Order: sequence, then C-alpha cells, then structure tokens
Amino acid sequence: MPRITVTVDGVKYEEDVEPRLLLVHLLRERLGKTGTPVGCDTSNCGACTVMLDGKSAKSCTVLAVQADGCDVVTIEGLGSNGSMHPMQQAFHEEHALQCGYCTPGMVMAAIDLLRDTPDPSEDAIREGLEGNLCRCTGYCNIVRAVRRGAQEMGQAVRTQ
Amino acid sequence: MTEVGRARRRKEDARLLSGRTQWTDNLRQPGMLHVMFLRSPMAHARITRVDVSAALGLPGVVAAYSGQDFAAEQGSLPCAWPVTDNVVIPEHPPMATSEVRYVGEAVACVVATDRYRAADALEAIEVDYEPLPAVLDMNEALTPDSPKVHEAGNQAYSMQMTVGDIDAAFRDAPVVIDRTYVQQRLIPSAMEPRAVLANTDGDSFTLWSSTQIPHILRVMLAVVTGIPEHKIRVVAPDVGGGFGSKLQVTAEEVLCLLIAKRLGKAVKWVESRSEGNLTVHHGRDQIQHIQLAAEADGRIRGLKVDLLADMGAYLMLITPGIPLLGAQMFNAIYKMDAYEFGCTGVFTTKMPTDAYRGAGRPEATYGIERMMDELAAELRLDPLEVRRRNWIRHEEFPYTTISGLTYDSGNYEAATDKALALFGYDKLRAEQADRRDRGDPVQLGIGVSTFTEMCGLAPSRGLGAANFGAGGWEHGSVRMLPTGKVEVITGSSPHGQGHVTAWSQIVADSLGVPFEDVTVLHGDTAISHKGMDTYGSRSLTVGGIAVLRACDKVKDKARKLAAHLLECSPDDLDFADGVFKVRGTESQKSIQELAFAAFLAHDLPEGVEARLDSDATFDPENFSFPHGTHLCAMEVDTETGMAKIRSYVAVDDIGKVVNPLIVEGQIHGGIAQGIAQALFEEAVYDADGNLLTTTMADYLLPSAADLPEFVTDRTETPATSNPLGVKGVGEAGTIASTPAVVNAIVDALRPHGVHDVQMPCTPERIWRALA
Ligand code: FES
Ligand code: FES
Repeated sequence: MPRITVTVDGVKYEEDVEPRLLLVHLLRERLGKTGTPVGCDTSNCGACTVMLDGKSAKSCTVLAVQADGCDVVTIEGLGSNGSMHPMQQAFHEEHALQCGYCTPGMVMAAIDLLRDTPDPSEDAIREGLEGNLCRCTGYCNIVRAVRRGAQEMGQAVRTQ
Repeated sequence: MTEVGRARRRKEDARLLSGRTQWTDNLRQPGMLHVMFLRSPMAHARITRVDVSAALGLPGVVAAYSGQDFAAEQGSLPCAWPVTDNVVIPEHPPMATSEVRYVGEAVACVVATDRYRAADALEAIEVDYEPLPAVLDMNEALTPDSPKVHEAGNQAYSMQMTVGDIDAAFRDAPVVIDRTYVQQRLIPSAMEPRAVLANTDGDSFTLWSSTQIPHILRVMLAVVTGIPEHKIRVVAPDVGGGFGSKLQVTAEEVLCLLIAKRLGKAVKWVESRSEGNLTVHHGRDQIQHIQLAAEADGRIRGLKVDLLADMGAYLMLITPGIPLLGAQMFNAIYKMDAYEFGCTGVFTTKMPTDAYRGAGRPEATYGIERMMDELAAELRLDPLEVRRRNWIRHEEFPYTTISGLTYDSGNYEAATDKALALFGYDKLRAEQADRRDRGDPVQLGIGVSTFTEMCGLAPSRGLGAANFGAGGWEHGSVRMLPTGKVEVITGSSPHGQGHVTAWSQIVADSLGVPFEDVTVLHGDTAISHKGMDTYGSRSLTVGGIAVLRACDKVKDKARKLAAHLLECSPDDLDFADGVFKVRGTESQKSIQELAFAAFLAHDLPEGVEARLDSDATFDPENFSFPHGTHLCAMEVDTETGMAKIRSYVAVDDIGKVVNPLIVEGQIHGGIAQGIAQALFEEAVYDADGNLLTTTMADYLLPSAADLPEFVTDRTETPATSNPLGVKGVGEAGTIASTPAVVNAIVDALRPHGVHDVQMPCTPERIWRALA
C-alpha cells in the first residue's frame, strides 16, 4: 500500500492507503474529518469541496495518493482562534444555509472564487458557484452572503 | 421589543458552518460494520436464484444475505393511508424474495468491515432473473390486456366526488376549456443522501437515520419487525434536507435493524447518489384531465378533474394519499357552482411515488392556474382580470369552498396589488406588446399564479375522516432549569427549517426570558417522547403552538408558586417580561427565581410539585391556508427555444411571522424547487423500465447560475386557527412557482399559436412547440 504524507488543517498525517481510496474518504473515514460531506458520486454537487494547495477541489474526485505532499484545508480548518472566517460569518448573517449540507463546500468554493475575483458581481458569483448545488436556499442568500463576505474580506485586506 | 417577528440569526448555524455536524454518515459505533445492497437491474422479473456464497469468502466480509434470509421476519413496508375501501395494498417486502417490480429494488446485501470491501463483495453475488414484462404507461396499464404489476391488477384505487350539479354547470356553458396536463415524475434530491446506523446491546436497539419522522418511524419499525416499541430508540441527528423524501419508512431502515439484530453488531448503510435516485421515493407523476365551464364574462360555472396518478410498484407510507391532497385544491381561491374530482391510482414497474414538497397541492395548483390562463386567453381578458372575477373577496372570509374546506382568512386583492407594484406589471405588459408588434425574436411572457394551499397537516379529526393513519397533533414540553435557563423539547423534527431559533423566539416572548437562555431539543425518541414530526408545513402551526401552550402551563404553575411566596392571591399578580408583580406594589418574583424556588422545594404551597415544567399537545381546529401572488417575466427566444427568467416577484401571505429571515429562506428555496419542475427536472425511464436519470449529471438540479434573484414581500392576514396567527410556509413557494413560470412561457408564445409546453420546458420542447 502506498504511504502518503498529507497536511490537513495544519496537522501532518502519514497514512498507508489503498490506491483507490478517495481523498474525501481519507478525510472522513481515516482522519475523522467529517466536516466535509459527500453529496453525490459524479462530481456534480460540490458538497465535498476543500482547498488543495490553496485551490478549491472536489475531494470526491481526488485520490488520496494524489494528495501526497499536499496541504489540505477543510471547513474545519477555516477561521482562527475560535472565531469564524469572514465568509462563514457572512453565511450566518445572510441566512445562506438551511440544512447546512451543501454549506462546507459552498463556503470553500466561495472563498476560492474570491481569489480570482475579489469583488464579484452577482452574475459572477452565480457562474462561479455553478459547481456547487444547494437544494434548500434557492441561492439568493448565498449570493448575498458571498457579496458580503467579499466586502468584509476586502476590508480585512485593506486594514492589514 | 418582542422576539416574535424579529430577524434573528439562527442558533443552528455556527455548528453547521464549521463542520461540527452529526450527519448519520458521520456517526460511528464500536465494531461498526458496513452494509451495501445489491439492487435489481430489471424493472420486473421473477427471482429464480440468489447465491451469496462467493461473497462470503472475500476479505472483510462478515455476512451476506438474500431476501429469503429475511422472509420470516422482515414483514411488509407500511402504507398508513388506505385512502378508499377499494384500495389494494400489495405486500412490500423490504428485500425482494421472489419477484422484483422496479429497477433498484434490493435483492441481496453484504455486511463488511468497510465500504470498499462491501462494494467488492457485492460483485460476487449471483442472481438469476426470469424477466417479466415492464408496465410503464398508466393508460396502457389500465387496459384489460396489460401485463400486471401485482396479481390483483394495476389499479391501486379509484375515487370520485361530485359537489353541486356538475352536468348543469357544463350544459350550454358559453365557454368550455378542456386540457390535459402531465405532471412529470420528479426526484426530491435532498443534498444529504439517506443513511442508517443501527446498533443493539443485545436487548434493545438504537437506529439513527436521516429521517424527517423519528417518532412515526419508531412506531412503524415496531409494527413491521415485531421488536417491541419500548426496545427501539430512533434518532434523527443532523438531517440534510428532506422535502418529503425522508417522510418514509424505508427498506434500508428495516433491514439495517434486522441485520444489527442478527449479528448483534452495529451496522451502517450510506446511500450513494445514484442509488438514491433509483430508490428514494419519487414525486408527482400524474396525468390531469381538466375541464372548466365558464360564463362569457369569465365567471366559472364548474370544474371537472380526472387524475391518473402513478403509484409506482408499491404503496409506501402515504403514496395513495398524495394526489388526494390536491382533491380539495383544484378549486383553489375561486368560487364556482359545481366541482367534480376523480382519481385513479395506477401501479407501474417504477420506483414508488410519495410526498415531495407540496405533495398533491403543486399538481392541483398547476392544473387550475394553467386553466385560468387558458380561460383568459379564450376570452381575451387579462389573466388577472379573470382571476379577480372569480376569487373569494377578502370580505367574504371565512369562506367555505365548493370542495368543503373553510378558509379562515385571506386577502388575495392585497397580495396581488403589492405584487403588481413590485413587478411593474403594466410596464412589462407594454414591453410585451411592443416586442410582439416589432416581431422581436425574443418574446416576453408574463406568468401569473394566485395560489392558495392547505397545510399544517392537522387536525386529527379531519385526518381521521380521510382515513389517514395518524393524528395531526404535535407535542411540546418546556422546563425551567434550576438556574433559570429553559429547555424546550419539540415533537417536530427539523432538517433545515430553523426550529431551534424560531421556537426560542416564541418561548422567549412567552416566558419573558432572554432568547439566548432557551435551548431546543428534538429528533431523539429518548428525549422527545412524543411527536408527529415534520412535513406538510406543519411545524410552526402545530408544533410551535404546542410549545406555546406548554409555556402557558408553566406560567400557570409559576403564578401559583409566586402567589404563595409573595403571600397574595394568584389573581393579584401581573406577569410581564418574566416577572410576576403584586399589582400596585413593588413586591415581585422573576420566573428565574421561581425556577430556583421550585428546585429547592423548601417552601412549596399545597399541591405544587417540585418542578417548573409542563408539556402540551396542540391539535388545531383547521388547516392553515397560506396564499399569495407570484409573477414571473420570461424572455423566450423563438429561434432557439431558450427561455430565461427575467424577473420573479412573490408576495406571500403566511399570516403573522415569527422570523422573517427564515420565512424568506423558505420562500426562496420553495420557489427554486417549483421553477426546477417547470424548467429542468424529470425522472426518465426508458422503454425497458430503466431509470436514465440516476446521477446529478442526468437529473438537472438547478445551480445558482440557472436561477435569478427573487423579489419577495409579504402581506399579513393572520390565521384565526391558532393563537399566533401563523400559517405554514414550507411548501408555498414550490406550489406557487411552477405555474407562474409555465404560464409565462405560454404567454410569450401565444401569438405563435402555442397554448401549452410540456414540463420541463426545455429549449428543445419550446422550440418544437413553435415548429
Ligand atoms: S460529493 Fe458531489 S462533487 Fe464531491
Ligand atoms: S442548505 Fe441544504 S442543501 Fe444547501
């Protein structure tokens, strides 16, 4: 079995994995990182989205062995010192989650979207989140939350 | 400031936003094994052999079973709604033993140490089938020569009701509109796939399931498996959406329980999405034949509705009742002299249908709201004008409709006026005329939906009259803890609706305690002993009120204790902001002080127990009747068939509002699901009965890029059937939006001679309608 080294939410792990093991199952079943859920088996829903070396990736579409040497950030690793990341806070303020199942992936995808487009229009947000499905919210409040998150992250950058 | 009515941010969020979740798939038990099911690839076949022996030798495999292995104990999955005397409820073994009747039906399973091993082992199981003919088309299924799904034939039931002189209404009617609409089959698609974890200590059982109905499930598991009810605990931990699809007693729940019993071990099953598309009950699937007779001025004389409703292969928990939830809704907000409703439930070799957001009411609302537009077109009237000439005027409430429901309150005029203003109706109509005149290839259509619905499923008496196998009450209990904090237990079982927040608001106002001091527990039969769970937009109008009633009882107890401690009569006390004050004096006791006094019990009056808590059930006297006006503007490219929503306005009247933020979220999500039926979604079976839309790549759930911003607002006509004046909101958006969208598309294309487009209105279908 291949041995991989992977850093998840700041903690380094060494694991022997079957070549076919999916990253999301490594996270959930082996490392106990159940904050990242699974919503489909065809890479459509985005519920499993994490940051892989700083870019969003659907962790159901990555083999654990492909993550060897990578830095993974999940929803559990966002925020610092017990306070929420501005995007998490924005989702809370705008009521951008109901059941919350899509939320971890949605938040990760939203943060990734802002890397390229720090101040996205409504249309850009809608296009940018196309790979993440939500069945509860109808997306209006998610779009509002991403705009709010963008503003606050912009503020944070400016005041740094 | 009162808490009720305030846009409180949700207490639920922080946990969900940071991944500290308790989805069933996140849970583990010591020694836990994984179950996977082998499913029928045939729509209809006799099982001639199942051989699991090769699977048993594989690494990590602990057990493998066929349906025969459970034959003696698995019972039959329940149908709790025997709608008519002539209903046929076939045996429905959780695991097929001799015959399969839809693709996806479980025929065998393996139990292994992890899910990868289990998946490997499934491939080693051998099953031989002798194919039988699939039955896929409802009309054909009812012909005498059709192959049969069940021995007793393909008709599950039929019913008919007529009110008024329907023949007279149609005789010599100046206008008769006759249409047939097809409600396509839908897949509910909650984002969390189903999952079940069952454990046993050898004597009693705990079952965690991604369910909307832990309480009902517990009763049903006991009935189906024979395990005594008091030995079963059911927990609905975090549940990632339901929309009716988790209002079910499933084969997997029963089988996991039986496997745990047999092995004496914890077992978990987690559904894959493709498995779920096949085997989570589907929604809708009706053929609606509707005839409407009207006067020349547009006033409705009578309405006839004849439904064929696809039950699928079996009757599940409330399968046969779903179309009948629309029986009293086709007449909607309109007055008429006569009404006839008939429905035939039909068996086919497809996944059973059952509740999906709106359940029977979206179908009815679609039917009537499409017909009202057809009537308007026929008479060359504005669609809103035809509605105005027929709807119940606000001064006529309470109003008993032709189908026998009494609508307690409503104001269709007010909601419509507000919607028109927000939408800019006249301006859009002018633009539409202009585009028509110019022969613009992109035409503008305006769709109207002035809907109402019956929800808040209750009262028990009414449900009993409909032969529904459960009551309509809800239970709540409220405990003052010694330190003055409040613990609330609700029989509702939220899965995204925000009950923890909303119930906290209700309790904070009632007891005069801070919002932060209230905690709400739910979804575990060991904690919440009594409940009827969450579906049918019932939680607030029934469950929220039960909690309010429990608060009233707590205050009654507190008043007696306060009177004793303050040495006055209970009648001399005024209660406000959590404090009992002796009228005209400064002496007072806060509810927190009283909670502690009850805990100490050092000085209790005669007949008062050492606790400040209570519980209550609430059973309202009537359904709740939210209503509203939804308007949709649609740009339709007549050259390509592409249709795009330009704007969408929804004005809903759901009476008083506890939390406007939560309400808006419910409306948004509801509208999105209704639009999805109109434009995107359809479960498609091929000619052999194979489901083609097994993945999210094939079954088109809308993404953010497919939907517009919704403009929402409210009017507020309080319900009179409960003390808060609230109405249900969970399904309203879905019920309203589907006809608004399709009406808009048809409105855009009417000058081209189009008077219907079959849902989902894909570009191809629109383009073909134009050809
Ligand atoms: S689980 Fe659906 S995209 Fe990964
Ligand atoms: S909040 Fe439930 S799926 Fe998005």
